[in-house]
Amino acid sequence: METFLVYTFIGLTTAAIYAVIASGLVLTYTTTGVFNFAHGAIGMLAAFAYWQMHEAWHWPTLVAVLVDLLVLGPLLGLFLERVIMRGLGGTSEATKLVVSISLLVAMIGLANVLWNPDVGRTVYPFFNGRKIRLGPTALSYHQLITIIVAILVALGLRLLLTRSRLGVTMRAVVDDPALTQLNGAHPTRVAQFSWAIGCSLAALGGVLVVSSTVLNASGLALLIVNAYAAAIFGRLRSLPLTFVGAIILGLADGYLRGYLPQNDYLTALPLAAPAILLFIVLLAMPNRRLRTHVRTREYFPAPTVRGAVLFCIVVLLGGLMMATTMSTIDLPTYSQLFAIGIIALSLVPLVGFAGQISLCQLSFAGIGAVCMAHVGINGNPLGFVVAILVCGVVGALVALPALRLQGIYLALATAAFAVFLDQWVFHLPDFDVGPIHLGSTTVVPHIMHFSTFSLGSVNVSTVKLFGYNVITPTAQMVLATVLFVICFAIVCFIRRSRFGRRLLAMRDSEAACATFGLDLLGTRLSVFAMSAAMAGLGGALYGTQLTAVTPDRFNFVAGLPIFMMVVVGGAGFASAGLFAGVSLNALLPFMTTVFNSFGKYQLILTGGVGIGLGREPSGAAPQIATGFIALREDLPVIVSMLCLMVVTWAGRLINLYPNWPMLIALFVIFVGAVAIASRRRLVARGIARAAVTGAAAADVEEVPLEWVGVTVPWTPELLAKTEQVLGLGSVTYEAVGAATIRRGGAS
Amino acid sequence: MALLDIQEITVRFGGHTALSNVSLAAEPGEITGLIGPNGAGKTTLFNVVSGLQQPGEGQVLIDGTDVTRLRPSRRARLGLARTFQRLEMFTMLSVRENIRVAADIHKGWARTKVDPAAQVDQILERVGLSELADLRVTKLSTGQGRLVELGRALACEPKVLLLDEPASGQDESETERFAALLRELAAEGLAVVLVEHDVPLVMRECHRINVLDFGKLIASGTPDEIQSNAEVLEAYLGSPAATP
Amino acid sequence: MTTTGPARTTGAVAPVVAPMLELRGVRAAYDSIDVLHGIDLVVPAGQVIALLGPNGAGKTTTLKVASGLHPAAAGDVFIAGRRVNGARADELACRGLCLVPEGRGVFPNLTVRENLWVMTYAGRSRSEIEEAAYARFPVLAERRHQHAGTLSGGEQQMLAMARGLATDPALLILDELSMGLAPLVVEQLYGLVADVAAEGVSILVVEQFARVVLGVASRAAVMVAGHIVHEGLPAEIEATLSESYLGAGETEH
Repeated sequence: METFLVYTFIGLTTAAIYAVIASGLVLTYTTTGVFNFAHGAIGMLAAFAYWQMHEAWHWPTLVAVLVDLLVLGPLLGLFLERVIMRGLGGTSEATKLVVSISLLVAMIGLANVLWNPDVGRTVYPFFNGRKIRLGPTALSYHQLITIIVAILVALGLRLLLTRSRLGVTMRAVVDDPALTQLNGAHPTRVAQFSWAIGCSLAALGGVLVVSSTVLNASGLALLIVNAYAAAIFGRLRSLPLTFVGAIILGLADGYLRGYLPQNDYLTALPLAAPAILLFIVLLAMPNRRLRTHVRTREYFPAPTVRGAVLFCIVVLLGGLMMATTMSTIDLPTYSQLFAIGIIALSLVPLVGFAGQISLCQLSFAGIGAVCMAHVGINGNPLGFVVAILVCGVVGALVALPALRLQGIYLALATAAFAVFLDQWVFHLPDFDVGPIHLGSTTVVPHIMHFSTFSLGSVNVSTVKLFGYNVITPTAQMVLATVLFVICFAIVCFIRRSRFGRRLLAMRDSEAACATFGLDLLGTRLSVFAMSAAMAGLGGALYGTQLTAVTPDRFNFVAGLPIFMMVVVGGAGFASAGLFAGVSLNALLPFMTTVFNSFGKYQLILTGGVGIGLGREPSGAAPQIATGFIALREDLPVIVSMLCLMVVTWAGRLINLYPNWPMLIALFVIFVGAVAIASRRRLVARGIARAAVTGAAAADVEEVPLEWVGVTVPWTPELLAKTEQVLGLGSVTYEAVGAATIRRGGAS
Repeated sequence: MALLDIQEITVRFGGHTALSNVSLAAEPGEITGLIGPNGAGKTTLFNVVSGLQQPGEGQVLIDGTDVTRLRPSRRARLGLARTFQRLEMFTMLSVRENIRVAADIHKGWARTKVDPAAQVDQILERVGLSELADLRVTKLSTGQGRLVELGRALACEPKVLLLDEPASGQDESETERFAALLRELAAEGLAVVLVEHDVPLVMRECHRINVLDFGKLIASGTPDEIQSNAEVLEAYLGSPAATP
Repeated sequence: MTTTGPARTTGAVAPVVAPMLELRGVRAAYDSIDVLHGIDLVVPAGQVIALLGPNGAGKTTTLKVASGLHPAAAGDVFIAGRRVNGARADELACRGLCLVPEGRGVFPNLTVRENLWVMTYAGRSRSEIEEAAYARFPVLAERRHQHAGTLSGGEQQMLAMARGLATDPALLILDELSMGLAPLVVEQLYGLVADVAAEGVSILVVEQFARVVLGVASRAAVMVAGHIVHEGLPAEIEATLSESYLGAGETEH
């Protein structure tokens, strides 16, 4: 009984925190339509701010709490509404999602810059953890306060939403925003207010949660993610149901901690429990209707064959240059860009073409790496094949229940799957299954040995291809480049194929596709499976590059920047894969070698880039492409550029000069080529224009006047000329017009 | 017998009855009109027929097969095609590709030996979009968008064709051309059902006309019968009294 | 009667002889699709003007432009003689313009009372608005704690109108008041419109059911395909109706 009470109180305290956070999330989502993934991160920042004021500056508890709730939270909310969220109208779900995920990443980065993560920080519970006796057990003041605060929040929100004009207006906005405006309510003010309250509630949750853990930015931001399950329980609409969901979640958490048998298999389960519950709640959502057309600002045209081939050649050349000129210390770092690039590429058909969302692509990569570790022993290339097949099957299995969902719900379901894997499955020790008999039939005939990361890290051996062991960094780089180029070509091919057109069609209107007789389920399953398989291949390659892989390489948070960068690069362009790989695994390490302190700001910058997406929803790739459009269409210049580059490279190979001059020379050649190509384009256009205007001028002279108005449209000059010839100086446009009308009336 | 047979369909949204006990039939070789004021339930009826909306009661038969419980894609495979009142074009694709998507899907389930590319060229010619074929569909006018949707529907080689306000957004010459195409399609043996607000067009082209009002079928007959029907006039213009 | 209309207005709308609402050459488009091709429309102070026409003619768009919900691509909108192009809907609402939109102009998940509270932005207090509304529609007082979504269609439309009238607007714009309502209820509602007009409020009514509204209007205009094709006294307009709507002009003679 005593332990039961203890864990009930623990559970209720957790529930109270979840409830406070989730209600803020629901409030902003219903009134503004933006699901804020960074809601948890706001709570995290508030927790750090509380530590700073209370523990570092020794402000009194109450002052620190009030400043957090009444100043920092609302200010942050107003800032987010003004700077980031207001521009998101008319963008796709993926874009909205990326902006708020970027915010999450940037906030984690900001916390790490402001508060050095290597220093441990603890916040003591209110009243230093003193307790009050309560029958056979004791309840700390902190727990009591937390529970009371949650009850007050519930009452306060109820009062606000039913008694105050602003609150009633917020509910009115949910029903009909335009009608609210017709009543004289200022729409932005309502949005600002709900952002301010939402952030304030997140901050409150953050302050309440800190006493139970050591402050850790990403840990806190994600711990708070668990509260999202409660919000989904209320279908992101109902606050009472959200509170019920929070209580179920909190109690489940408390009792799992209390009563779960302690062994290697189950210890990590409570960490994954909210994710599992989230997944279950999502599956219970009612069936959605088929998607009909939603107007979005994005546009992803198909790549031309020439463009794709050129791109492949350039990437191959670049890979070879890196392979031959970089030091063996740098090569392993930089070759990862292609492995990450393949994982990023796997998102292009799924997110860009089909308009679906997956936040668990890196988890598939993790499964791929595990397959490679266990099957690809001693360099067996079968590991790649198994990785592709297993991930394809797992992808389809995850997709099957998730297919009923879309948009934010699909994102959350895949996120839940990722958390489920990285919190629990990837931390399982080896286990055996089988033989299993069901009655007289044998389901699994032999003992099957399963293994993920074996409670730590697993080794992945380098691969042997056609008897050649790809073990040197140079060979690894070449392999990675080739695999990337193959995947790139596949994605380009898909975009131009029947299947690709079908995906793009489905992205726009499932309803229309269904009325042509398309099997929507099969098409969606196949794109999920295909995408997961490609991510698995990327993961397997990534594994061989890392040689020893740990689960944290494949956790949910690590996967977010990849998703972000693909959308930023332009999710419907295959080149976005390279964009993601280069920006995450080449540009960032490169900048860090140049500026030592750069690493600190890397997350903030990555996040900032993603936040900027709201301004240009089609992504960066088309902008980069328009910059080089002249070059792309000018074959002679391209060929000369490539030749010059190869010569420069050859010079480096025979050791005429070191890497730096080569890099500079390559850069100069490239910029020169772009400049020459644009110049040539301008000149060519100028000639064409001159030819056109010349011809027009000649026309005016040559057209016989009788034919004016028949073969050539009337122009003022021509009219003047006609009048001059006929001697009708006084005829004006008005007179002509009036004459026509009178004639029309007479007939 | 009728190619499309709608029997006693009732649809309720919450407490609101959108369609009550509506029956109508469309014969091969004929253009069947369906008119009625805003909110009378015309589009809802199309959604019920194409499977995007489950009816509370009643049946839909296509060529004698009861399809009431079938998914939209199954119905399409039995020869039903439709266009949408709010255009449902594939905005990332060109005119040609829009029709090609439908042609490819059709080839997939019909297992025909037709070359889809050639079929698409034919359809483009037929609906008069050959010159715009490689334009992205967002560059088109609404009227031209209607033709793209018609082209996509034709790519499925349907027996029953549902057209939801195909003439809205078209100018006079476009409508003229469109009407000629409709006559041609009917002559080929299609059962065409036309929801349209351009009542003169409906009066000219339809063999039979059905009038919906408040979710109820209030009249059904030839254009002449409909034009002189007092109840129809009232549904459109309101009751004549009411001077306070 | 014509002078009482403007005099009732709050703040910005001054008592002038200018028409309460005037559209001059208004064009509007959704994306690239033109919907209005130059609309000229005048609502003189204190009069009821009916705007008729078949579906898709652009009537609702005209109202949206007039009330600031949709931008005019060209042309000017004047309210009480002041050019208001580009003003936001909530600004106009606070200055005495009230649009009761198509369908039900109510918030279904708010109670009757809360629906009235949302209307306090134009400056009147909660109790004043509630009193005014209940005085005009006693049935609403009985249902004040009920969610608006559970009211009958006619009651919802009354609530929408009540909310509009409670703020004492100078210009009332009604869009498809009769949609989905039984004829008897429609007649009742239009009786009410006539009462309101008698109090001096200028009213612009859009309606598909032409005949019922012609009974209360002082002038009417017929719109087809984004143009105003007829304009005149109700009796003149009635004669052209069946042609505009059903294309049946010749057969009827």
